[in-house]
Amino acid sequence: MDILLDGISHSYDDFEVMRDISLDISSGEIVCIVGPSGCGKSTLLRFIGGLERPSTGRVLQLGEPPEGCLNPLTYIFQDFALLPWRNVSGNVSLVLEDHGIKGAAAREIIDDVLARTKLSDFAKALPKQLSGGMKQRVAIARALAVNPAVMLMDEPLSALDAQTRELLMDDLVDLWTRQPFTAVYVTHNLAEAVRLGHRIVVLSRRPGQIREIVQIDKSLGAREFGDADLEIAQKHLWRLMRDEARAADAELINV
Amino acid sequence: MSDVAGASSEIAQPKVAAGNDANAVAFRGGGFTPRSRPWVGFAVFVVLILLAEWGTWSGWISALTLPRPTDVLATFRELYDSGLLFKHLGPSLSRLCVGAIIGVSIGISVGVLIGLFSYIRSGLVPVVAAIFPIPKIALLPLFVIWFGIGEGSKYALIAFGTFTPTVVATYGAVDNVDRTLIRMGQSFGLSWWSIIRKIVLPGAMPGILSGLRISLAIAIILLVAAEMLGAEYGIGAYILEAGSLYDLERLFAGVVILSLLGVIVSALIGLVERHLLGWRT
Repeated sequence: MDILLDGISHSYDDFEVMRDISLDISSGEIVCIVGPSGCGKSTLLRFIGGLERPSTGRVLQLGEPPEGCLNPLTYIFQDFALLPWRNVSGNVSLVLEDHGIKGAAAREIIDDVLARTKLSDFAKALPKQLSGGMKQRVAIARALAVNPAVMLMDEPLSALDAQTRELLMDDLVDLWTRQPFTAVYVTHNLAEAVRLGHRIVVLSRRPGQIREIVQIDKSLGAREFGDADLEIAQKHLWRLMRDEARAADAELINV
Repeated sequence: MSDVAGASSEIAQPKVAAGNDANAVAFRGGGFTPRSRPWVGFAVFVVLILLAEWGTWSGWISALTLPRPTDVLATFRELYDSGLLFKHLGPSLSRLCVGAIIGVSIGISVGVLIGLFSYIRSGLVPVVAAIFPIPKIALLPLFVIWFGIGEGSKYALIAFGTFTPTVVATYGAVDNVDRTLIRMGQSFGLSWWSIIRKIVLPGAMPGILSGLRISLAIAIILLVAAEMLGAEYGIGAYILEAGSLYDLERLFAGVVILSLLGVIVSALIGLVERHLLGWRT
């Protein structure tokens, strides 16, 4: 299943946040969206997942979601959004219950996704007992449980410290190499973008527009921390963004 | 001053100057973290009771001012031995339970509705604000007309009294449920009812339970008021009868029962909290 953004513009009252964004996201590809703060990255992601409606333009699904897909467009949130009163497996089963998957069938899915995110030993732990990195892995496991066609990741690693971020990036790459998934990955961290993105969409500051789409051909598995060619790509991205970021930083907030 | 810094480094162990300008940094943190010391509360009770006992025994407190604690205890034992205790306690507890269950369950439902729907909120919040300050006891004659002199009016009074604080606590608690959790539920395609049941209600539970502490205490207060009219048995009736006869021992025995009831209810809520809210950090 592919996603097509067709001429998306958005404004709150007279305040234009996004102008004419068109983009296609094809199956099995990770598209990173980077941009200065306030450029509407997260809003764009909410449009793709149907949590908000753009003023003009459409988000289209091309083709049918794959067999056994419970929730085609699935989010992973920056602040994990785990239910604190449910343990790890309870948090995963939450998203299965409404599809009538209970008992043995649910346990099978839960065991599988917890194994894939290396959480099997923590099935009974409450979120308050887990570190930030573990919490985000639970959120990833929950997202995998519904077998999504597209994962919508809203700064998933931004609430974590630098070391944990590296570990989780490796985990995401592992997950993708074992079974490629489609993802839209919003981040303000350029190192994450060049590590995980097949394509990187650079948005300008408000009103958000696509400035450039950077393609990185190196396969995800071959990319490593501190790769020279990734560094070059990252520098290129930073050059594109620096002035925008500075201007965005100096802007008054009136949303 | 500079000589006292960073004493843990192995590389360069700074020596504390033997001279005059080395001062320890004064501690100014700590405090503001009250902890539970159950025996202190118990000790305060014991001291107060002993003081009363000594005062009444020595004549420093006259018998008209305060009954002697041992006499109260004797009255209490008498009450227990005669079997009257349970004859009074039974109806009171059933009134308390029925009234509080009606009031609390309607209160929680209305509170959740106020927390979720704009129109209901705009319509009912002023009504609740108008009802809240009414002393429910003042409405007792009205309740008697509406629900009869029997149990109905007593249930209604207690239900009405617990309803308003429960509503206010519940909608405040619903307002405080983390919106990102609700967005998460929506993003996974959970049904509206699932979101209410699995996200909103458990998320609001801490606030609802702390509201329950207040509303159940109010229920106990109103119990006495409810038994002012046409109740033969009940703790309230017992206290009122003792009061009109100026029988201080019996009055205090009744009051002690109410206090104990309050402590037990509060302990029960504490138990429920520990059971339901173990997930809180």
